Amino acid sequence: MPELLRGRGVVAGRASGPVLLCTAPVSGWGGIDPRTGVIVENRHPQHGQSVAGTVLVLPGAKGSSGWSGQFHLAKLQGTAPCAIVFTRMNSKLALGLVVLNVPAVTGLETTGTLRTGVVVDVDGTAGTVLIEPC
Amino acid sequence: MMLSPADERMLAGEQGPAVAALELLVKYGDLMGAEHLIDTDNVCGANLFGPRHSRVLGTTDPAALFSRFSLDLEETVDVPPFRAHSCQLIGPRDRDQWELQGIAPTDATAMEDSERYLADRGVDLLSTCTPYQVGNVPRFGEHCAWMESSAVVYINSVLGARTNTEGRESSAASMLTGRTPYCGYHLDAHRRATHLIEVRHPVVTTEDWNILGYWVGEQVQDAVPVLTGPGLAQAPGAPTPVRLKQFGAAAASSGDVEMYHLPGVTPEARTVEEALGGRRPAAVSVFDAATRAATVASLCRTAVDREVDFVMIGCPHASLEQVREVARLLDGRRLADSTALWVFTPRALRTVAERSGYVATIERAGGRVLSDTCPAIGQFLPPGTKVFATDSAKQAHYLPAITGVQGWFGSVRTCVTAALDGRWPDA
Repeated sequence: MPELLRGRGVVAGRASGPVLLCTAPVSGWGGIDPRTGVIVENRHPQHGQSVAGTVLVLPGAKGSSGWSGQFHLAKLQGTAPCAIVFTRMNSKLALGLVVLNVPAVTGLETTGTLRTGVVVDVDGTAGTVLIEPC
Repeated sequence: MMLSPADERMLAGEQGPAVAALELLVKYGDLMGAEHLIDTDNVCGANLFGPRHSRVLGTTDPAALFSRFSLDLEETVDVPPFRAHSCQLIGPRDRDQWELQGIAPTDATAMEDSERYLADRGVDLLSTCTPYQVGNVPRFGEHCAWMESSAVVYINSVLGARTNTEGRESSAASMLTGRTPYCGYHLDAHRRATHLIEVRHPVVTTEDWNILGYWVGEQVQDAVPVLTGPGLAQAPGAPTPVRLKQFGAAAASSGDVEMYHLPGVTPEARTVEEALGGRRPAAVSVFDAATRAATVASLCRTAVDREVDFVMIGCPHASLEQVREVARLLDGRRLADSTALWVFTPRALRTVAERSGYVATIERAGGRVLSDTCPAIGQFLPPGTKVFATDSAKQAHYLPAITGVQGWFGSVRTCVTAALDGRWPDA
């Protein structure tokens, strides 16, 4: 059975992709390599994994003010996430969402069976995340 | 969002490309929960483009680069002189010593063009991560729109100015429009402390303040901390501006600290209770000898080899006091053949450092003094660097992630000694 998670839509639109579940906030500049999408922050729990083409599930954005700029570069090089599911808003993430302009959802009541690699469908208009059955 | 009549006129196209800039600020402000925009006349951004951006876009045309990366536009637009007082932060190259960075002459010319483009629109080319050290000192309560996390936390906390951490696109939009969303750290409520930090281990030296900042950032992430502890804010232990610069930069690197209170030093709260706005702290964290040791280990987590190839001093850009300290430690001595030492300071301060003889002393020892950039921002290192050492928690955090080198962290004295010996001291 597909599992439907409900939250609040932040950026409209729909996209599907495999989840990258980040267990700590993500830095932009000094956090990802925009040529590959790989997380390069040494202390990050998902160090070495790539955000490219994923539904990036993260607690929030942190670090340098170059967050939007770095994800802007990633977008133009095809290494940006296809959707964002987040917990905490701040100025870095807000501007990043404007620049990325991909579907975004927040405030999920539960993250259910969201796991890295699981393919999900994010609906930023309805504010839902649909977990496809394997 | 409520727009003013002047905002509406800008949206109607009265000032050309300000339409797109205002639209971006409205979208961004809506996501931040802002009810309206406010005026700002002090904007700092990073809009000088080098190969990292021009190769992606396939052009070095400054107007194309600014339209794409600063204004988030698909098409290239004509941009008039900026409405707000605007300042260029740190960029990709030293304007005079780019050859040392390994930059090709064609790329250096393109970056010169990018800089001219900004100057033509009235941008102050302070070209540093620390505009507050070289003449851009916002007044208490002034609404600003600044990028650069280390500068944001400094002007919010130490000067009592008000800014969110802006990004390239939002700060460029504020340069054009003179507007910024009224939310976050522009509001009183957001500036109160929620976390209490009790400092029970002496924090005296600049190295100590780097370590404390790095640990505080980990503890509070994006919350506003208030710090207290015996002797922390009183003479002779009260932190100098340099120590506050290092502390904030570190806290903004390991975490996301944009504002803190140190009663007795910072201007918005005289006591812990006032900083907390009369509420109980959401969390209390204690800094002691064990947390200090663990933080130093964390800062050196990428370091294995003790042969040091490169010593980097000046992140955020060094003050004159920091440049002088390096010069005195190097006076009459000579760096190890295998080790480079580069000091980074704002160009305006470099001029004074030259006049004071510090630059000559450092160069006689084999070191160099650079401006306008840093290894992390410009992504450059002396050739063959595998291991570097720095006096900055921020640089120790970022440079290994960005360039893959190993990084040691320590005091300026330890770093300079390592450059003379070619080796990081044994524990």
